[in-house]
Amino acid sequence: MEEQVIKFGKNMVPVADTLAPGHSFCIGCGEALALKLACKALGENVIISMATGCAEICTSPLPVTSWRVPWIHTLFENNSAVISGVEAGSKILMAKGKKPQKEIKYVAMGGDGATSDIGLQALSGAMERGHDFLYLCWDNEAYMNTGIQRSSATPYGASTTTAPAGKISIGQKTKKKNMVEIAAAHDIPYAATASIGYPFDLMNKVKKGAETKGPAYVHVFVPCPTGWRHASDMAVELGRLAVETGVFPLYEVEHGRYKMNVSPSTLKPVEEYLKPQGRFRHLPEEEIKKIQEMVNEEYERLKAKVAAFPLA
Amino acid sequence: MSKRVGLEASYAVAEAVRMADVDLIAAYPITPQTHIPERLAEIVANGELDAAYIPVESEHSAMSACLGSAAVGARTFTTTAGQGLELMHEVVYVASSMRYPIVMAVCNRALSAPLSVWGDHSDVMAVRDVGWIQVFCENNQEAFDLMLWAFRVAEDPRVLFPVMVHLDGFTLSHVTEPLWLPEQEEVDKFLPAFKYQFALDPDKPMTHGAFGIPDIYSEAKKAQEVAFLNSKEIILQSWKEFADVFGRSYAPVESYKADGAKTLLLTMGSFSETAKIVIDEMQAKGESVGLVRLRLWRPFPYEELRQAVKSAETLVVFDRAVSSGMGGPVCSEVKAALFSEAVKPKVAGIVGGLGGRDMSVKDFERVINRGKEIAKSGSGEIIETVGIRG
Ligand SMILES: Cc1ncc(C[n+]2csc(CCOP(=O)(O)OP(=O)(O)O)c2C)c(N)n1
Ligand code: SF4
Ligand SMILES: [Mg+2]
Repeated sequence: MEEQVIKFGKNMVPVADTLAPGHSFCIGCGEALALKLACKALGENVIISMATGCAEICTSPLPVTSWRVPWIHTLFENNSAVISGVEAGSKILMAKGKKPQKEIKYVAMGGDGATSDIGLQALSGAMERGHDFLYLCWDNEAYMNTGIQRSSATPYGASTTTAPAGKISIGQKTKKKNMVEIAAAHDIPYAATASIGYPFDLMNKVKKGAETKGPAYVHVFVPCPTGWRHASDMAVELGRLAVETGVFPLYEVEHGRYKMNVSPSTLKPVEEYLKPQGRFRHLPEEEIKKIQEMVNEEYERLKAKVAAFPLA
Repeated sequence: MSKRVGLEASYAVAEAVRMADVDLIAAYPITPQTHIPERLAEIVANGELDAAYIPVESEHSAMSACLGSAAVGARTFTTTAGQGLELMHEVVYVASSMRYPIVMAVCNRALSAPLSVWGDHSDVMAVRDVGWIQVFCENNQEAFDLMLWAFRVAEDPRVLFPVMVHLDGFTLSHVTEPLWLPEQEEVDKFLPAFKYQFALDPDKPMTHGAFGIPDIYSEAKKAQEVAFLNSKEIILQSWKEFADVFGRSYAPVESYKADGAKTLLLTMGSFSETAKIVIDEMQAKGESVGLVRLRLWRPFPYEELRQAVKSAETLVVFDRAVSSGMGGPVCSEVKAALFSEAVKPKVAGIVGGLGGRDMSVKDFERVINRGKEIAKSGSGEIIETVGIRG
């Protein structure tokens, strides 16, 4: 029997894991932790479609697998289309009496590259068509599986292997693409951000997204010690600092209405978040100041949206 | 009792999909395939087929949705042409390697640039090596029959490979002609329900699509190739059963008035119908010519082809695509198939009918005559094109 949990919290987390131990993520990987927590929240009645990336490679080397739930990987950029077929195919077979009726959660997962770059069209299509699925984006802010190349989710100022800091460059010159806003713009019933710094909040959002009828999107912040060059015991702490500094606010959007989940009375300086990470180490004082201004501006904009369109 | 009706080939395909009780259709429109997804949408909208219809945002997603659908055990159909097939190319490989029995109708179209919505076999040749079973249709009856048959062979637990049914864009897809439509009971007799033992199901968790390290990739590919070659036997067997139920028979290589002919023309697809006329006319003039048509394109019918052409002196292969810098793709495959034979005809290749260029009876006569000359005294070119302006 599966353990039934209404809301996750301290001592209120299922012991059972559907993601078996023995995978090959790096030590201290935030993505691994997020995946494990999400799987606990999803339970057994789930079918997962996963994009190529760290989470896929670290859990499925033939002939072994870490997966105790049905799981499919095919390509890098098509997990939303695959889950569309899984969902519509399963439902029509049930409707035609070819399979027994069952409540199944259909979940697509992919990294920030799979989601905000190469798979964005397929994701947009699946959300627009209204498939009943949850999309989980593991945002480690670069293409980690292939060696820390920049993505459109890489933040301003970060050094990556294809946008390196150099004599005449500070690294990433562009602002991070706002995927949650893009998802929410499809007027879907549920979109949210989550961070491994707030594990119960993350699990509850995964559960809520999975139980939502129609498309749901949860964008999960997952620090990567290898790619961000931070100490391997810091992923959770950075997951908290990102929220406390306003770099990655936690909020939910339901049909265009906003709710802030964590609102610190005062934001910590971004420097506290940037300092422990090698990818930002090259930044001079004025660039850190610029990042602080960018974060403040974004944060104010979000607060204005929450005030203008509050979620009841 | 089957009934005789006039139907456009695209609608015959849609009718076969309906009678096959397909569970899921995911498709994206592209000329000259549009009539198939349009008609299917209409059929589903009218409740004449209980199926999920996913109007995907691209062909890449069409084939990807088909992967997901087949992975849960649904009978799955898609259709495309030309650029659409190119866009889904990456996913097409995955379908066969993951052994998903998806069925796809391809209305063969030229590839850009220059943009051309008209027919040739460039799109087919770009997917030669993808590991799908592939057959060519020549007329509307065959479009219906082979479509129905495709589900049967794809879903056979001994096969589990996807099947592509090729019909020439416009010159077949848009042609209306009479054909026999069977009764539903006959279809049900021939086509059992799809039972997939590896379906993704929370009650029986399974991992689909794990990655292969160098130590295992070769073995995985070898296993796939062995299974693919073994599908040939089931293909032959299922065509025999098709003939038992419907009274029409199909073979990997089909000959037309080829017995004892010194010169044979080899074609694929709907142009074979025109080629038949030229054979009739040339034979009437006393010439020793005959026709061989490749029906089964993959797995390549080596043995049947060798048998069909071995007594001829000359074999003229007509290609509707060019393999740049290498000649006609069908011609080079045919040459490879015959290379190690002790007794074989001389082979000459000619290209024509590109990007919707019509091929008249006269053109085919030119192809045969020029082919004979090339076989005898060679050609200065890797491949010659019929009817080309200088
Ligand atoms: C079509 C295609 N292009 C490129 C790749 C190479 N590739 C595989 S995973 C990957 C990056 C994955 O990045 P992300 O989605 O952010 O996941 P992460 O590994 O960071 O978790 C790339 C570029 C591929 N597999 N397929
Ligand atoms: S590279 Fe980063 S995301 Fe990938 S396994 Fe290592 S720590 Fe995790
Ligand atoms: Mg990433």
